Amino acid sequence: MSIAQAHADPHHIGALADVAHEGPAPKRIVTGYGFWIFLLSDMVMFSCFFAAYAVLLGQTAGGPGGAELFNLKSVAVETVCLLLSSFACGMASIAAEVRNHLWFQIAMAVTCVLGLAFLAIEFHEFADLVARGAGPSRSAFLSAFFTLVGCHGLHVSGGILWLLTMMAQVFAKGFRADIQRRFLCFALFWHALDIIWVAVFSVVYLLGSAV
Amino acid sequence: MSDLHDVHHRADLAPGDEEGVSIRARVLGYVAGLALAVLLTATSFFIAGTDLIWQPSIPVAIIVLAIAQMGVHLVFFLHITTGADNTNNVMALAFGLLIVFLVIGGSLWIMGHLNQNMMPMDQLMRMQR
Repeated sequence: MSIAQAHADPHHIGALADVAHEGPAPKRIVTGYGFWIFLLSDMVMFSCFFAAYAVLLGQTAGGPGGAELFNLKSVAVETVCLLLSSFACGMASIAAEVRNHLWFQIAMAVTCVLGLAFLAIEFHEFADLVARGAGPSRSAFLSAFFTLVGCHGLHVSGGILWLLTMMAQVFAKGFRADIQRRFLCFALFWHALDIIWVAVFSVVYLLGSAV
Repeated sequence: MSDLHDVHHRADLAPGDEEGVSIRARVLGYVAGLALAVLLTATSFFIAGTDLIWQPSIPVAIIVLAIAQMGVHLVFFLHITTGADNTNNVMALAFGLLIVFLVIGGSLWIMGHLNQNMMPMDQLMRMQR
């Protein structure tokens, strides 16, 4: 290929046009893309809970509001746990790609422990709120709060079950192509949960205690 | 030439996949993402509790920092980039964001107006008696 040609088509658009005649895309791309669409629809679902929370923010029915309830220190610890577990999940992706069993299992175990730590802190926080009489039935604001944050917590719980399944499958079946595709979807799911947590801690906890 | 050849065979990328780069570069990518995310998180937690800056600017700052951090996560962890091989993923994301903004913005807009136009709750209660 001449240099002049490369300049005429710097992004290989011509090459992309040719691909249309190459038949269907590889399964990994189809699976990943389909799961990405699912994740986006999950984010749309979360946006409904966020909208409900924002609308019901002031409807405390004379009960406690966010500023008196939230403990930002534990939220900060939760955030650090989830961030580091997302990083560990990234390390597991690299280990899966180079087919290194030991590092894959170590990285996944770290991801799992950090996810469980997050869940433990969140559960403790919820139990504390209920014990103080600020359960989900106290006011519309608290119903919306528990629904939104609890839904994220449920996603994390499901993610941990999936994580353990992936560890077992890789252990038992190795890095087969189908296992790799499942792991790709799991990694996307775990990173997407972290994105949703960013929205949760910013909108619910930080704005809730700043206002 | 080999570059073109590669593109020819892998025209698309699954979300989360990166183009063939070394392990070292990939680890560094995650480290950079983690560092940026920690920086943004620490800044927004700091801003939420400080008296140093003009108070009404705090909610805006927190939201801007959150959006920036989501961008960092998308690029460094999910590897959604603007490359030609990522177009499908970005278009799906754009559509998802459209729906998210319609749902959140629309709800707040409509419910805000409803609240404004509704009789105050105590009057409503008195009428029901």
